[in-house]
Amino acid sequence: MSIFPYLVAAWLFLVGLYGVISSRNFVHIAMCLAVVQSSTYVLLLAIGYKTGGVPPIFAGAQVGTPAVDPIVQALMLTDIVVEATVVALLLALAVQIQKAAGTVNPDRLLELQG
Amino acid sequence: MNRSRRHILFFVSAAVFFGLMTWAMHDLPPVGHYRGPYGDAINATVVYERHITDAVTAVNFDYRGFDTLGEESILFLSVIGVGTLLRQQKRERKSREDTDELEKGQAPEPSEAMKVITLGLVGPLVVYGIYIITHGQLTPGGGFQGGVVLATAPLLVYLAGDLKTFKRITTHTLVEIGEAIGIFGFLMIGFLGIIAGKEFLRNVLPLGQTGSIFSGGTVALLDIATGLAVAGGFISAIYAFLEQTIEMRMEGEE
Repeated sequence: MSIFPYLVAAWLFLVGLYGVISSRNFVHIAMCLAVVQSSTYVLLLAIGYKTGGVPPIFAGAQVGTPAVDPIVQALMLTDIVVEATVVALLLALAVQIQKAAGTVNPDRLLELQG
Repeated sequence: MNRSRRHILFFVSAAVFFGLMTWAMHDLPPVGHYRGPYGDAINATVVYERHITDAVTAVNFDYRGFDTLGEESILFLSVIGVGTLLRQQKRERKSREDTDELEKGQAPEPSEAMKVITLGLVGPLVVYGIYIITHGQLTPGGGFQGGVVLATAPLLVYLAGDLKTFKRITTHTLVEIGEAIGIFGFLMIGFLGIIAGKEFLRNVLPLGQTGSIFSGGTVALLDIATGLAVAGGFISAIYAFLEQTIEMRMEGEE
């Protein structure tokens, strides 16, 4: 149990990666990349978690209650913003690929140009 | 490389990776036994030092404010990137305003129930977004989260089938001005620290009463600046994507 969240992170990473390599659609690839990145959320939260800790919000809570690490949560917010930007750019590229090549299948794209 | 070879290569390397990861994880501190000193230090001092009750916002906009400036710039640049990638191509033209051509890119007319619910949600959503932005230093939330909530309001107008209003909101100069003010305001608030003779982004404003909406000094202002930048950026990006289906026509296509 003590390393279970880390294993979940590794599993998410691999599942997302499998999606990327087996994909037949660029939009699907962008979504799989988001799954890969979500493994880092699990990893960050697992590192900062403290058994019995409350969220690091002290409105109404007593100061001094053990709370989980706020720094990894702030890092995770950065992570989410980066993911949103990466996905937006990839989707924009997918739109243009569809217009230029008439397909969003990476394998077909190679055939067309090869 | 064909598909089956690619899969074999993946499964072999995935098995090796998973094995090595599991092995490495046994030496990590077990989950729930957090050892880093910095998070505890912030949790213990944030309310006294900064009069902020949300430690995550304090880290983002005060202790590590400089990183957030980079984060906001990433978002800004990616919106520029999306706009550049999706700009009008040589073979494309925009649909004419005066004809009913605009309607062609439109999904089937939404039902009355859909219209009532989505349009009825716009107002509460805007209020909720502003609430999330302005209470970032007190409760979970902040500029990024509230900005995204605000940006979904025009999307609801689009879902309700009101294309003209959607276009008017999303291409409005206010969206761009809001985004620019957001980025520039963040920088200016950062320079306040230098003007006061301290470091860039140093929290130099009066900290106010803990638990009040005006607490936190520069953090509250940075939240608003970020909220404006994020909302403006997301609305621009949403429009760039929807423009593709609503407006862009290939040359010669009726």
